[in-house]
Amino acid sequence: MQEHTASRIAAYATSSFTEHLQRERPDLLPYNRVLPAGELPPVPHATTIVALTYAGGVLMAGDRRATMGNLIASRHIEKVFPADQYSVLGIAGTAGLAIDITRLFQVELEHYEKIEGTHLSLDGKANRLGAMIRANLPMALQGLAVIPLFAGFDAVTGVGRLFSFDVTGGRYEEQEHHSVGSGSVFARGALKKLWRPNLDEDTAVSVAVESLYDAADDDSATGGPDPVRQLWPVVYTVNRAGARRIPERELAQIAGAIVETRAIAGREA
Amino acid sequence: MVQQFYVSPEQLMKDRADFARKGIARGRSVVVVSCAHGIALVAENPSPSLHKIGEIYDKIGFAAVGKYNEFESLRQAGVRYADVRGYSYDREDVTARGLASVYAQSLGAVFTAEQKPFEVELAVAEVGRNQAQDHLYRLTFDGSIADEDGFVAMGGQAERVSEVIAAEWNADMGLGGALRLSLKALAADKDVDMLQPSAVEAAVLERESESSRGARRAFRRLGAEEITQLMAAEG
Repeated sequence: MQEHTASRIAAYATSSFTEHLQRERPDLLPYNRVLPAGELPPVPHATTIVALTYAGGVLMAGDRRATMGNLIASRHIEKVFPADQYSVLGIAGTAGLAIDITRLFQVELEHYEKIEGTHLSLDGKANRLGAMIRANLPMALQGLAVIPLFAGFDAVTGVGRLFSFDVTGGRYEEQEHHSVGSGSVFARGALKKLWRPNLDEDTAVSVAVESLYDAADDDSATGGPDPVRQLWPVVYTVNRAGARRIPERELAQIAGAIVETRAIAGREA
Repeated sequence: MVQQFYVSPEQLMKDRADFARKGIARGRSVVVVSCAHGIALVAENPSPSLHKIGEIYDKIGFAAVGKYNEFESLRQAGVRYADVRGYSYDREDVTARGLASVYAQSLGAVFTAEQKPFEVELAVAEVGRNQAQDHLYRLTFDGSIADEDGFVAMGGQAERVSEVIAAEWNADMGLGGALRLSLKALAADKDVDMLQPSAVEAAVLERESESSRGARRAFRRLGAEEITQLMAAEG
């Protein structure tokens, strides 16, 4: 009897919020449901995210567009979020599920921190995110895939690191820079030419915004800088001091400078 | 068959309450003090890792005295309750009142139904935009709940500690002043004037955490050095 109680308590001692929900409130998990057969109507999709390392940290940026088939579903959507104090994540794919998975992941990290009194390691965080994406695999097979990009500052080694994921939850550490989403091919092309080792933070922000500009140039699902509505990409940097959102004012300046240079160059393609 | 002796319900409850009270009085005290800057939580605690004070949610903190395993399980249950609630509704919908009410029900159920009552006393604190919106709840082993004004002292020689704070506390004091008063109060049953900052575990629920350090989470632990600095700044 005593042994039984002890093993039950040990089995229930979890620091994971997802595990707790799975046991007590499985209905609250974003995935974990069986969809009936049928045609899925168009749903909003989040598009391009880029991430790159720079001297002393890592940076992530996302455009502001969500599309639904051939329509623009949102011009204001934000797809890059702080996961906790020292990491950020960006999401591409089915927007509704992706935003809920982001919320779950944020609570997961905070929950661990409060229960254990210490931060989860960066690899630990990436593994938890991978597990969530794997749990979403049945939904991905129904056409509701979510593909995140994860970046954080590793306190142990003192560098910024990048992780990409596939729909099966496979986790891959990326070097230098990476991008996901519909415009990622074009953004990646731009990053290959613009990225250099040990960029300073200001240049890194400008490189990220310019790569998104290139993605928006060729991919209809990626939104470019919008001076009419004053909409700029969402950019977060993460370094030893933590995650920081780049203020709109700075982004307006950077985006303005890029548009100006391109206008002067006067290239057609 | 062994004959069961009749014990009146009054006697049974009194025995249980005495048992719990003794357990709580054996430990060291914890104080929670509201001030202009926020809410200070201070516990006499020689261990740097076995906490008596914890973060529950954005604006909500927790302090406890008594048996570690019992209040630790209550703290974890509180974090789970708050996180599930905030995840399924919204972060704003997690309140100290809701949490305190869940704690009161759990403690009450354990007190009447289990083999032995929990030997713990808890404080749940929520920092508001201004001092009038602060909430301080004190929960005892039998599930009683009290809405306190300004400060709470629990455990050990709680009454003597409480007297020291009551004599000097005022709503306008800053964080440094609140910490100094707490250290002084926690030394009420000792030969010294006040405890050393290194002998306590301290944290603050900051009123202006959003504007001062851009954090939604108001809870922040204070190290011995910082306590000394804060007290010196408010000499």
